[in-house]
Amino acid sequence: MSAINLKVNGRAHTVDVDPATPLLYVLSDDLELRGPKFGCGLGQCGACTVIVKGQAIRSCVTPVNTVAGADITTLEGIGTLEKPHPIQKAFIDEGAAQCGFCVNGVIMTAKAFLDKNPKASEAQIQEAMSGVLCRCFAHVRMMRAIKKAGQEMAR
Amino acid sequence: MTKKMTPDAIAALKREGFSRRNFLKSSGALIVGFSMGGAVKTIHAQGLSSGMAGAPPPNQVDSWIAIAADGTITGYTGKEELGQGISLAQWQLVAEELSVPMNRVKMIYCDTAFTPDQGVTSGSQSHPANFNHTNLAQAGATARQALMQLASQRLGVPAEQLSARDGVISVKSDPSRKATYGELLGGKKFNLAVDGKAKRKHPSEWTVLGKPIPRPDMPALATGQFEFVHNVRLPGMLHGRVVRPPAIGATVVSVDESSVANMPGVVKVVVKKNFVGVVAQKPWQALQAAEKLKVTWTPGVGLPSHADFFETVRNQKPTRDVMLVDSKDVDQKLAEAATVVKATYYHPYQKHASMGSSCAVADVQGDKATIYSPTQGVWHQHNTSAMILGLKPENVHVIFKRGSGCYGLNAADAVTYDAAILSQAVGKPVRVQLTRKDEMTSENYGNAYVLDQRAGLDAQGNIIAWDHESWSPTLGNRPGPGTPGNIITGTLVGFEPEAFTPRSPAPPPTAFNNNSNGVPSYVAGRVGGANGGTGTVKSERSLLHNTKSAFFTGPLRSPARLQNTFTHESFMDELAARVKADPVAYRLRHLSDERLSAVVKAAAKAANWDARPSPKPGNSRTGIATGRGISCVAYERDNGFAALVAEVEVHQDSGKIVVKRIVVSNDCGPISNPDGLRNQLEGGALQGMSRALGEEVTWDDQKVTSIDWKTFHSLPLGFEVPKIETVLLNMPDEEATGAGETSITIVAAAIGNAIFDATGARLRQIPFTPERVKAALAARG
Repeated sequence: MSAINLKVNGRAHTVDVDPATPLLYVLSDDLELRGPKFGCGLGQCGACTVIVKGQAIRSCVTPVNTVAGADITTLEGIGTLEKPHPIQKAFIDEGAAQCGFCVNGVIMTAKAFLDKNPKASEAQIQEAMSGVLCRCFAHVRMMRAIKKAGQEMAR
Repeated sequence: MTKKMTPDAIAALKREGFSRRNFLKSSGALIVGFSMGGAVKTIHAQGLSSGMAGAPPPNQVDSWIAIAADGTITGYTGKEELGQGISLAQWQLVAEELSVPMNRVKMIYCDTAFTPDQGVTSGSQSHPANFNHTNLAQAGATARQALMQLASQRLGVPAEQLSARDGVISVKSDPSRKATYGELLGGKKFNLAVDGKAKRKHPSEWTVLGKPIPRPDMPALATGQFEFVHNVRLPGMLHGRVVRPPAIGATVVSVDESSVANMPGVVKVVVKKNFVGVVAQKPWQALQAAEKLKVTWTPGVGLPSHADFFETVRNQKPTRDVMLVDSKDVDQKLAEAATVVKATYYHPYQKHASMGSSCAVADVQGDKATIYSPTQGVWHQHNTSAMILGLKPENVHVIFKRGSGCYGLNAADAVTYDAAILSQAVGKPVRVQLTRKDEMTSENYGNAYVLDQRAGLDAQGNIIAWDHESWSPTLGNRPGPGTPGNIITGTLVGFEPEAFTPRSPAPPPTAFNNNSNGVPSYVAGRVGGANGGTGTVKSERSLLHNTKSAFFTGPLRSPARLQNTFTHESFMDELAARVKADPVAYRLRHLSDERLSAVVKAAAKAANWDARPSPKPGNSRTGIATGRGISCVAYERDNGFAALVAEVEVHQDSGKIVVKRIVVSNDCGPISNPDGLRNQLEGGALQGMSRALGEEVTWDDQKVTSIDWKTFHSLPLGFEVPKIETVLLNMPDEEATGAGETSITIVAAAIGNAIFDATGARLRQIPFTPERVKAALAARG
C-alpha cells in the first residue's frame, strides 16, 4: 500500500492503495464515481474509459500509480445534469441508450476523439469507435448523437 | 383475437393462492423510508406492509395502485427495466388510466417487500401482461372507476356527468363542484378486487400513453449519475470473488487456504461443496486472492467434439420429444409431391454476453437477508436464495436494481447466489462482480439446434406439405421457484438442475401451441379440429427432440423462436427460389393471417421491394454483389408481428457481409411509446445481425474457450451500421403484444436470403462467418 495523489475532475484526492491497483477500482470503489464501469477488466470493451491528458484510456488496465498527479476526467467531470456537455446533451436528446451500461465508454471515447478531430468524417468517427461495444446495439442512435455533438462542438 | 393470460400471469395467480399476503390488514397511508444503496428514498406506500410472507395478490387494486392523502399516486409492478423501456411505458400507463400527469405518479418496480409476483420480466410478456385486461392496466381502470363512483356519491351527480383531470374530479357543467383523489379516498386503501369489466381508456383518448415520451433515466445515464446494482454501496460492505471450476464438471479435491493467508485485505476463503470464493476488504484484493488461491480440482467430465457437435446432437439418446402439430399425412403427401425440397439448418449455442459482468450485493445477517439483484425474477430469487441460504423465504428481501442489459438468463441470478453465500459466510454485506471470463462461463447459453426441413411442392409450385424435425440440447433453466440448481452456483452448492425426463415418442398435441415458433408460419396449425396457425398448408408436422446438454442452457432473447424462425424463413426462401417465385408474393400466397400479411406488405412497400425471383439476374460471381431478402414472424403465433427486409453487399473474394439497409415493420397492437418501440426494433435488428454474423460459443475437450471479446465476437460500435427504417403499424383495437423480440427473430433469415439473392449461395449455418460464406460460394458449382 502507498499513498497516491490523484486529480480527478479538478479535485485532489489522496488514496492509500496497492500501486498496481487499476485506476478503475480506485475511481469506482474508493472515490465512488458512477461513470467509469467494469465491463471486462481486459481493455476490450471500453466501459471503463476515462480521459487523461486528452487521451481516452482504459482505466481497467491502467495501474493507478502511472496516472498519479495527472488530470483525470470521468463522465461526471465533463458535464452535469443541469449543464450537460454537448455530447451528453446529444445522447439525452437522441435517447441514445437502452440499458445504458456502455454509455460511459461511448461518450468518453467519442469526446476525446472529437476534441482533437472536430471536423471528423463519418468514416473517421466509425474508426474511432471501433473498439467500443454496446450489447443492446443502440448503435444507430449513438452514432447519430456523436455526429450531432461533433457538429455542435465544431462551432 | 382471443384474450389470453400470459403464462407468467397465470403462474403468479396460482402462487397467490398458496401464499396470500396479509398486507390488507394495514390501512391508511404510511410512509416507508428505506436505504437503497446509500440513497434514502421515501415511498408513499399506502396500504402495504413490508411483510414478506407472500406476494400482494394480483386480483386486488391495492396490490398495484395506492393513492396517498396528498394525492400522490404510487404504481407497483412486477415488470422491471432491463433497458427495454418498459418502466417508462408502465409509468405512462398508470398516469393515463388515472388521468394525471406523470409527475403525480411514482412507480415501484420489482421489490419483494412491495410488488406483485409477476414471475420474470422476459419473453416479450410485459406488454401483454400489464397493458391489457388484467394486472396493472385493469387495476388502474378499476381505480379510476372507483374514484368516479366516490365522486358521484360525494357530489350528488351521476358518474357520466363527471370528468377527471389532474387528480381532480369535477362536474362537467359546473367545474367549481369538485373533489380531489386524495379527498375522495382519504388516504385509505381501495379494498377492491380488480374489476375485469372496468372500462379502460381507448387509445383514441390517450394523452400520455402512446406518446413518444423520452426515457427519464437518460440524463442520469449520460452524466454518470445513474445507480446501477454495480454502484450499490452499503456500510461495512466487503468484496467477493468466486473461483469457478476450470473445466465443466470438475469438483473440488482440496482448497489450500494458506495460499492466500498473508495477502492484504483477505477476510475469508469460503468453500461450500464445489463453490469456492474469497472475501476481501477491497475488490482488487479479492480478485488477486481469487487468482492466487490454490484449489485442486478433479478433471472435467469431458465435452463432445466441437467439430462433430451437430451430428452428435442428432444421434444423441435418450430424447424428450414434443410434437407441436401432426396432420398424419405428411409422408404420403411428400410421396405424391411433384418436387420435394430438403435442407438442414444449424444454430450454435450463443451467449447473452452482457456488456458489464454481472454484480449483486447481499447482506445476510443471522436469519435475515437483504439482496440487491439484477435478476429478472425477484420472487423466484427470493424463493431460491432462501433455499441456498437455508432461510425462510419470508426473511429474504430481494430488491431489483438495474444491471447491464441481460437479454435473458445471463449470470445475474448466479452472481446473486454468489453474493448471498459469501455474505452469509462473513455476516457482513458483500458485493460480488464477476470477471469477464466468469460472466462468459457462468451463464445459461442460448440453445443450439439442428433443424431438418422437408417440403412437398405440387406442379403449380404450391407448397402441399411441410415437415420439421429438430434436435436441441438442454440443461437447467431459469432458477425457481424451487430450482436453484438450474444455474451454476446452485449446482456448485449441491442442488440439482430440473430433471431431464426422456419421452419418446411424443404424445399427440392436444391444443395448438406455437410459443416456440416451432411450427412454420405457412402451415394451417390444425389441432383439435381447429386451425390455429397463420398459413394455408394443410399437410404439416413439427417434431422436436430435446437432448441433454453439456452446458447450462436458458432463455436468450427470442429463445427457440429465433432458431426456428431463421430456419423456416430461410427454407421458405429456398422454396420460392425453387419455383422461381418472388419471395414476398410467395409468402403472401401461403399466409392466411391478416396481421402477418400486413407487416410483410408494409415492409416490402417501405423498402421499395424489387419484386422478382431470387437470385438476382446478372450479378457477377466475383467482387461485390448486392441483394435483398425478406423474412417475417408471428411471434408465438399471436404475441407480435413483424417483417424485415435486408439489403446486403457480399464481398465474394473475402466472404465479408456488409448489411447496407434494414427496413422493419412491426405490429404490437396499440403502441404504448413509439420511441421506445423504435429503439427496441433497431437494437433487436442489430443484435440479431451480430448474432447472425459472428456470435458462437466455442469449447475444447474440457472447457468453454469463448471467454472474452476476442474469442466471442460482438459487432462493435464502429462497424458500418446499416441504415435502419422502422414502420410502426398501430392497431388501437387489438390486444397489446410483445415487441422486444420481433426484429431480432427475423434478421438472420433476411440477411441469409439477401446473400442468396446476391450470389445464389445459401447459408444454412449461423454465424455467417467469412469462411462459411466463401464455402457456400464455392459450393455454387
